[in-house]
Amino acid sequence: MHEMSLCESILDILKDQAVKDRFSRVTRVSVDIGPLSCVEPEALQFGFDAVMKGSLAEGAVLEIKRPPAEALCLSCFRTVPVKERFDCCPECGSEALQVVSGEELKIRELEVV
Amino acid sequence: MCTVCGCSHTHEHEHQHGHDHGHGHKHSHDAGDIHFGEGAAGVSVAGMSQTRLIRIEADIMGKNDAYAAQNRALLAAKGVLALNLVSSPGSGKTTLLVETLKRLGGKVPVAVIEGDQETSNDADRIRETGAPAIQVNTGKGCHLDAHMVGHALEKLPLEDGSVLFIENVGNLVCPAGFDLGEAIKVVILSVTEGEDKPLKYPDIFAKSDLMILNKTDLLPHLDFCVGAAIGNARRVNPKVQVLQVSARTGEGLEGWLAWLEGALKLQAAGARGLAAE
Repeated sequence: MHEMSLCESILDILKDQAVKDRFSRVTRVSVDIGPLSCVEPEALQFGFDAVMKGSLAEGAVLEIKRPPAEALCLSCFRTVPVKERFDCCPECGSEALQVVSGEELKIRELEVV
Repeated sequence: MCTVCGCSHTHEHEHQHGHDHGHGHKHSHDAGDIHFGEGAAGVSVAGMSQTRLIRIEADIMGKNDAYAAQNRALLAAKGVLALNLVSSPGSGKTTLLVETLKRLGGKVPVAVIEGDQETSNDADRIRETGAPAIQVNTGKGCHLDAHMVGHALEKLPLEDGSVLFIENVGNLVCPAGFDLGEAIKVVILSVTEGEDKPLKYPDIFAKSDLMILNKTDLLPHLDFCVGAAIGNARRVNPKVQVLQVSARTGEGLEGWLAWLEGALKLQAAGARGLAAE
């Protein structure tokens, strides 16, 4: 359950941002969670609600977006979409893929009051 | 909701109130009244609705990564080679470490950070070899993070040019996501675990530089296929290096020690480069 500690990190960022941008409450947090980021969206959602209780983001909506994952095929040198780390290249069938994106863990946007 | 700026009151309302106002609450029926400052913040700023959007592009791991960068800089400056050892519980990490320390004995300065949820059993086992060790108990935590390691580094006697082994919490999932500032991540897979582990837990194998296949002395008693295990590891990480050892019998440990020596030389060369700058 390292999703809990990720939620703690999100809360830290919200608190810092609240001082910087002078807001007192967060009503929506929009995050990008790449499919290869070792994070389970459902667990993150669960942890989010629990961790935000009693904070400036209590009751806030967590909006999880999933940017697509891509890999470079080391055989045909094309950039191809992947779902898992061990996917084969959809173009040439090679197993030698180097993941180039899909590990994102980012807060994109906040809706605040 | 206002469709112009997203705030929560209507700019203009027209009421057709057919009822009389004998009941308790008060309406203000001044024609076309507009009330700002009734939102949660109780204030109004010209040109700004009370609910606003902020784009921040903040990396959720940013704090951990900043601590990791600090650790990495400190270790690099001292020419310390830091290895983050990850595996499932019971893969033989501590036994491998103890046997490694015995063989390094005095030739290379070493230090150990032991991560577990509870107990100092592992740090005790390490200290018996004479190596300085510090136990970090994560409590309910399922992994070490860079902040914990930073504090451990403050307390550990770290000689220049030493090898620092960080034994992570036994867990093939969470430690994959947390950079500790190490130079090398080593995943240990024991042959009793099944050759499909790299596919079941791809993240940790994808992020490791070296896979050590441990407990090879048990191979004659198992159906474990070494080739399939290595093939699976390379499917998730084409660049991963592989060593086969038995920490219990000592088989293959020479190769591991030679590997360590090479990595230490590279690290020292890097430190000299830093010093020259």
